[in-house]
Amino acid sequence: MLPSRVLAAATRLFTGVRRLSASPHGEGPAIYYANHTSHLDTLVIWSALPAEQRVLTSPAAAEDYWSTSALRRYVANEIFKAVLIPREAIKRDNNPLDRLSACLEGGRSILIFPEGTRRTDGDVGPFKSGLYHLARRFPHLPLVPVYLDNLARVLPKGTLLPVPIIVQAHFCAPIHFDEKESKQAFLDRAREAMLNH
Amino acid sequence: MDSDTQILLTVVGSILVIASVAGFILAKSAKTEGAKKTIANMNARTRSWWVMASVFGSMLLLGSTFTTVLFAMISFLAMREFITLNKTDRADHEVLFWAFFIILPLNYLLVGMRWYGLFTILIPVYAFIFIPFRRVLTGETKNFLISTSKIQWALLVCVYSVSHIPMLLTLPLKDYAGENAKLLFFFVFTAQLSDVMQYVWGKTCGKRPVAPHVSPNKTLEGTVGGIGTTVAISTCLWWATPFNLWQAALMALLICLAGFFGGLVMSAIKRDLGAKDWGASIAGHGGFMDRIDSLCFAAPLFFHVCRFFFGTGADAPPPEWVLRFLGR
Repeated sequence: MLPSRVLAAATRLFTGVRRLSASPHGEGPAIYYANHTSHLDTLVIWSALPAEQRVLTSPAAAEDYWSTSALRRYVANEIFKAVLIPREAIKRDNNPLDRLSACLEGGRSILIFPEGTRRTDGDVGPFKSGLYHLARRFPHLPLVPVYLDNLARVLPKGTLLPVPIIVQAHFCAPIHFDEKESKQAFLDRAREAMLNH
Repeated sequence: MDSDTQILLTVVGSILVIASVAGFILAKSAKTEGAKKTIANMNARTRSWWVMASVFGSMLLLGSTFTTVLFAMISFLAMREFITLNKTDRADHEVLFWAFFIILPLNYLLVGMRWYGLFTILIPVYAFIFIPFRRVLTGETKNFLISTSKIQWALLVCVYSVSHIPMLLTLPLKDYAGENAKLLFFFVFTAQLSDVMQYVWGKTCGKRPVAPHVSPNKTLEGTVGGIGTTVAISTCLWWATPFNLWQAALMALLICLAGFFGGLVMSAIKRDLGAKDWGASIAGHGGFMDRIDSLCFAAPLFFHVCRFFFGTGADAPPPEWVLRFLGR
């Protein structure tokens, strides 16, 4: 608990991100999804959540990176309680959707980046279909779009040196799954909801 | 704490007590929505002033190291607001890292070492040259002059200028040894009181806008009334300064005028960027930059006018270990 609180407070101090005063979607678990521009994205959203939501939220993280050393495993498992998902060699028994679903079934929230990779041009790219499949498996969960602003200026792709630019995490009004909607229509609506922060 | 400092801090405390009581009474009697909003903003400002005045007061009591560290933090927070609003490119990233984490600490280290000679040229000469040198290494030519200028300005305004305030503590003045903290007080008190008085006069009887495009809230009545009142009050503090009565009045006027134009210049930059405030860190005031914009240009001016007319002419030499290293 203590390392998490210290890390969240330090992140808010360095990036100037504000902690939400209340949950953006009410009680219970949710699926947070955000645009991806920097290695700090997860940390910033996680630090901006109220403490009660933060301890219940598991960010998705790349298994090939976060499982390679004892320190990384400790940070991923103990501090973020991350869902480690494979990026390559996806087989039937390590399907990332199953791992995220198991986490949601356990009553926790998750954080995913539906673009799949970090963008360098400042735009929000097209969404991959993972968000749709998750939403279809959990149609009653609120989907909370989070638009991150200025993160790419703090720690752009290709550098390890952060610069203390003030960032913002816009938590938008939740959207919900609609079974009558096609996959592409749903993904477009989810992306629009994030862009209209 | 000497008795002079006690009196100065009592003056600040009394002004804040008066402002708080007045705010309380006004909040009770406000009728219209507009008036209520104005009073609520005024009271938020007063509450923030209590915090800022407490920090400033403890700074005077805790001495020069604490003062230097505090102004280093103010510079850091102001520069981050300046750079956040002034969009920079990917090619500026490494230069910005240098500005925030190498040049800024080095500048304040020199203040702490009281090394006047190197302090005066570190940013205007060495950093000025280094920034385009480092940026040209990235090979990116787009926005080259704009980007380097933004970062040079950020360092000059947020770091170099602001650091002249703690540097006042090291300035050798005639018949004033060991009393420089009161000069620092006189400067910050005058600049900030001028902002407050211009706000109060502007809100109560401001009519004719003085710079409608740059800063629509500034009025002729506010400016003249505010500066007049401030000069009158600050002149009464002449006994705590190296100035006589009329010199104190002129110095206060200099601080007010430089503060007024400094505020206008920073407003012009804000308007150009499409922002109303530099940030939202201080309730009622906006960002740190909104609070110190009038100090930015006044500080080096005040420092050098003091040094020219009242200095002993003996600048603090480089530290001993530097002289030993150079074999002098």
